[in-house]
Amino acid sequence: MGFLKSIFDKPWDYQGEDPSLKGKELAEGMHPKRIALRMFLAVVFVLFMLFIVAYFIRMELDDWRPLPEPGLLWINTAMLIICSIVMQWTRGAAQKSVRQQVKWGMLAAGAFTLAFIFGQLSAWEELNNAGFYLSSNPANSFFYVLTGLHGLHVLGGLWVWTRATIKVWSGTEIKAVKLSVELCAVYWHFLLLVWLILFGLLSNT
Amino acid sequence: MAYIPIADQTDEMHDPHSFITKYVWSQDHKVIAIQYGGIAIAVGLIALGLSVLMRLQLGYPDSFAFIDPADYYQFVTMHGMIMVVYLLTALFLGGFGNYLIPLQVGARDMVFPFMNMLSVWVYLLSVIILLASFFVTGGPTGAGWTLYPPQSITGGTPGADMGITLMLASLAVFIVAFTMGGLNYVTTVLQARTRGMTLMRMPLSVWGIFVATVLGLFAFPALFVAAIMMTFDNLLGTSFFLPAMVSLGETLDHSGGSPVLFQHLFWFFGHPEVYIVALPAFGLVSDVLSCHARKNIFGYRMMVWAIIAIGGLSFIVWAHHMYVSGMNPYFGFFFAFTTLIIAVPTAIKVYNWVLTLWEGNIRLTVPMLFACGFIFTFIHGGLTGIFLGNVTVDLPLSDTYFVIAHFHMVMGVSPVMVLYAALYHWYPKMTGRMFNVTLGKIHFWATFFGTYAIYLPMHYLGIMGLPRRYYAMGTTEFLPDSAQTLNANITLAAIWVALFQLVFIFNIIWSTFKGKKADPNPWEATSLEWFTPDNPPKHGNWGPELPTVYRWAYEYSVPGVKADFVPQNMPPEEVVMEDPNARYVGHDG
Repeated sequence: MGFLKSIFDKPWDYQGEDPSLKGKELAEGMHPKRIALRMFLAVVFVLFMLFIVAYFIRMELDDWRPLPEPGLLWINTAMLIICSIVMQWTRGAAQKSVRQQVKWGMLAAGAFTLAFIFGQLSAWEELNNAGFYLSSNPANSFFYVLTGLHGLHVLGGLWVWTRATIKVWSGTEIKAVKLSVELCAVYWHFLLLVWLILFGLLSNT
Repeated sequence: MAYIPIADQTDEMHDPHSFITKYVWSQDHKVIAIQYGGIAIAVGLIALGLSVLMRLQLGYPDSFAFIDPADYYQFVTMHGMIMVVYLLTALFLGGFGNYLIPLQVGARDMVFPFMNMLSVWVYLLSVIILLASFFVTGGPTGAGWTLYPPQSITGGTPGADMGITLMLASLAVFIVAFTMGGLNYVTTVLQARTRGMTLMRMPLSVWGIFVATVLGLFAFPALFVAAIMMTFDNLLGTSFFLPAMVSLGETLDHSGGSPVLFQHLFWFFGHPEVYIVALPAFGLVSDVLSCHARKNIFGYRMMVWAIIAIGGLSFIVWAHHMYVSGMNPYFGFFFAFTTLIIAVPTAIKVYNWVLTLWEGNIRLTVPMLFACGFIFTFIHGGLTGIFLGNVTVDLPLSDTYFVIAHFHMVMGVSPVMVLYAALYHWYPKMTGRMFNVTLGKIHFWATFFGTYAIYLPMHYLGIMGLPRRYYAMGTTEFLPDSAQTLNANITLAAIWVALFQLVFIFNIIWSTFKGKKADPNPWEATSLEWFTPDNPPKHGNWGPELPTVYRWAYEYSVPGVKADFVPQNMPPEEVVMEDPNARYVGHDG
């Protein structure tokens, strides 16, 4: 809303330096990394939405043969949900600067994330063994591409997670990693949201 | 908590020490800007050379044995892709975005300098991948810059072996580079403005670059999606876009894919891309016009709103590129409607530029000449856009030279005019030296008349029905011989324009070393970048203290004030009045 309001300013009408008059929305409490992450998540969201639109358009054509989703995906989903919960818990611990909780929270979140990745790979293998190859049907192609792309984003998150976790374990002040933990948590929630949308889409079509 | 701009928090500083960290692996936005600009201009010169080769073939078919049809299509494709993505997008956003955003909003640097550095090197990687395709088996792709499947990835199209793979990879890498840069530009504009720099006090350059970056961040994913899916079709045998086909007598493994789906994805990127290039141009030219006309920009708020409105509308007009694609004809009605609506904010901007000139104290400097040239070429290209936005007019004209003329006027010549205006305008700031004015004027007049000599006749050829994309016209009954004569003359004009760009290259390189020292504010402009303690600005831009902003950037020719401009960072009590007893109150105060 601040943005909308501020573009109705008449810059020629007032002079002076007092920033409290206008442009107060600057900076306060909003670290640039938070803004950048939000912007980035919006971009990633658009990326997945475009894939989903393409999915719907391609689905209309008559060679589409839905594939049976492996039951393993439910377990993977549960893993990702646990991840998100643990991340949130760790974020809370970081707010309160409880080092021990942050240490183990980060580690646990990472472990569940790896379990998710491993589970996704197993699901791929299961499908492949059952003869649902990447190129045999567009439904299969989309399945592999969408899950793969989501997996890559999870792996990208793990890179940031690794840096933050190393810091936590090597004794950096919690204050210095609080923001990283928070951003990890936000990113994990976002990936969970994207996964729930994708999973709902894949299993209902 | 007291308000501390990000840039004042000294822990973010990262002074360079060696030559390598200063000029190669630099995290300074100004060095990165010049790196971006240098790469973009270098690759743009290659694209210019390709266009000359194309024109030689078109003007004098059967005369150049070394250009066969496959070569011709490769030249066309690479020319288009390089110019649109690797030159214009990179130079406006990577070059001017990087240079001007921190300087004009009063920041010490971008908010994420390391990511900024990564951005330019990843961009260089994308350019290397792109240029590598000239040296692989089969050469670069010749599918046209739109890369439409199925032809772009089936045998028989030049570059279908390796060229297209490298092209798609290069685009994907470019998008990664752009996203890293783009997140920086947006966050810097939102978070790193100095004291008193409200959104509505920002120069229009920053507004244009800011909104264009937001467009880029949301439009490039569509190209990314299309590139991924096409790479899968190409390398892994999926059928996202490829229908069942018989190619060279062989039935291909693909079936059922939708080529139109690709077109939708491509143009969902492609149309905003036009405005990713145009909006920074609109912003930059507004500042140049206002400064050299010594008048405040007419309708500042309207200009900002128009930039935002054009940005929003640009996402719902994409299918006007697809009237002839075989999509549902009812779509055409909707997209023609939105296309014509977008002409309204665009026209507002054009009127405001002209009204800025009205009764201004115009100084016909080199940047001003280019800026005025832009108004001509942009109106010209914009008007033919209204023709082509209508389905019934577009259908017969879509595959003719009329379209070439239209988009080269509107998004080739016009943004390039602004690029030159901006390069000349900020050249004294970037290098600390003045360019050679005479060479600059020669460059302008040769380019301005030369481009008209190229594109004006193309409108007539197009209306006559001369088809585009043809390697040679051969003998065609409805085309008189004079059409070929005209084509040959266009080629001469193209060579002329290309040669005179070398004058520009010579001028900027020569003047960097031999030009006379420039005044820190040679144009008597008001915006912050002209008031850095050093010229060119040093690392950190502002010395010990950030500037404070007291007003907008368009305080020119204020009645009662002695100088004809009041800088953004001059405290009101320091403004010298003609009448010593008068008090400075600003325009309407």
